[in-house]
Amino acid sequence: MLELRGIRKYYNPGTVNEMCIFDDFNLRIAPGEFVSVVGSNGSGKTSMLNIICGSIDVEGGAVFAGQEDISAKKEFERNRRIGRVYQNPAMGTCPNMTVLENMSLADNKGKPFGLKPGINKARAGYYREMLAGLGIGLENKMQVKVGVLSGGQRQAMALLMATMTPIEFLILDEHTAALDPRTADFIMGLTDRIVREKRITTIMVTHNLRYAVEYGNRLLMMHEGKIILDKGQKEKKALKIEDILGLFNRISVECGN
Amino acid sequence: MAIIIGTLEQGLSYGIMALGVYITYKILDFPDLTVDGSFPLGAAVTAVLLGKGVNPFLVLLVSFGAGLLSGILTGLIHVKLKVRDLLSGIIMFTALYTVNLKIPGKAYVPLFTETTIFDMEFLQVFGSFYGVAMALMVTLAAKFLLDLYLKTKSGYLLRAVGDNEVLVVSLAKDQGLVKIAGLSIANGLVSLGGSVYCQQQRYYDISMGTGTIVIGLASVIIGTKLFKSFSGKWVVSGKIAGSAAFLTRNRKGVRPTTAVLAGAVLYKACVAGAMALGLDPQNMKLVTAVLFLLILVCGMERKRKVKGNA
Repeated sequence: MLELRGIRKYYNPGTVNEMCIFDDFNLRIAPGEFVSVVGSNGSGKTSMLNIICGSIDVEGGAVFAGQEDISAKKEFERNRRIGRVYQNPAMGTCPNMTVLENMSLADNKGKPFGLKPGINKARAGYYREMLAGLGIGLENKMQVKVGVLSGGQRQAMALLMATMTPIEFLILDEHTAALDPRTADFIMGLTDRIVREKRITTIMVTHNLRYAVEYGNRLLMMHEGKIILDKGQKEKKALKIEDILGLFNRISVECGN
Repeated sequence: MAIIIGTLEQGLSYGIMALGVYITYKILDFPDLTVDGSFPLGAAVTAVLLGKGVNPFLVLLVSFGAGLLSGILTGLIHVKLKVRDLLSGIIMFTALYTVNLKIPGKAYVPLFTETTIFDMEFLQVFGSFYGVAMALMVTLAAKFLLDLYLKTKSGYLLRAVGDNEVLVVSLAKDQGLVKIAGLSIANGLVSLGGSVYCQQQRYYDISMGTGTIVIGLASVIIGTKLFKSFSGKWVVSGKIAGSAAFLTRNRKGVRPTTAVLAGAVLYKACVAGAMALGLDPQNMKLVTAVLFLLILVCGMERKRKVKGNA
């Protein structure tokens, strides 16, 4: 379970540019839920993810993972239980290290990074198998530096690496937005497969309304730091793109977008 | 002959220092100016300890330790106090100047009678190359230990933090601590280089650190640029040969650490060449600066690496 309680967040507090993002924001996500989040720019979607992960500080409120209050924990400490994939495919991998080296790094998450050899040769076969499962030929590029791979290949690796070790929560921050439509579909399908297989509680922010409706079992729409639409599994099944597009257009017009 | 021997000896001890600069500049992407203070720091510690008759090999270790400490301080200033990378180094090397005066208590210490690593009996078999042999041994030991370290999990993390800090955070590791560790190892190597240099030159001078960063960077850039083009060719020839084993062996080409050492010797050779051609030692720093500029321009290293590599 993931819970945000009474979150207050201001940007540039105390200056003329002070902007309130959240004022008493509450959200509760049950274990195993796959929540897709939509909303216009500036509605607070990414801020919400950053608050969950501890990338930004809050002025008030608390973040709970399970029964534990993780508000005081630093970002890297929270990441023990959280995996995150970013919009930019370069964020999830090391460009100057090889595919094999990247996989080895990810495989060691949660364990000490001591003076043992960086690559566990016995695991290389397992990595190869996992990469082969993607079906994009990465298993034959184990010694290739990740920096020369395409955005889609890198994002597939980033997704694989983020979910390689047991994590409780997966945070997807518009992770298909920088990809071409076909690759985006591929990454989205892969995401769905991994989330189902590993039963990870997932929050996915997306601008693609079709993905938001098709995937996941709960849909949120955010606007000006508030949740204006929250559809659970049953209601969401009946939901069509046109329905949320209508609502989306209405709030956008209100903002003058 | 004397010039060649001198070039090799000095080039190799500067090479150890260049390995440290390689860690900060190439791996951590951190332009660390601390080296201008940590190089003479190693030498200052060496001068004092040799004067007290301490085993010269033990002195190497203590100097390395002193360097580790200075690197940790730079790291703390940068990571915990959030001072910019360049400024953290400047603060540290300025502070170290005083430290380097206080340790020996004076600005110049001659070491004529003290026993150094270059006075070992077994070196006699190398004839007039005894100095080169000793410098080579220490340098290679440092290089191989560094190579080994970079292949460990901890070493991977170090490479990752310079490559993509976000990933290190994702791996639930404190990126700041990894940086501090990297800076500390780097400055340890720089101080070790300072110690070897001091034992070889048989004096300590407070000004011997001035321009260390330039020599270090020049060595790193010469080495890595030169051997990058080489290794590319080897990979191609490996593909033609078609043998898988051949290919995997050559894919990596020359190890960057080897390239950096070669770069240091080469750089020293350039300077020695200029001197041999009758260059006035007073113009030394100007020539060094111009040479460094040339290397930067030819190596296309003017632009800072773009973060993210998107």
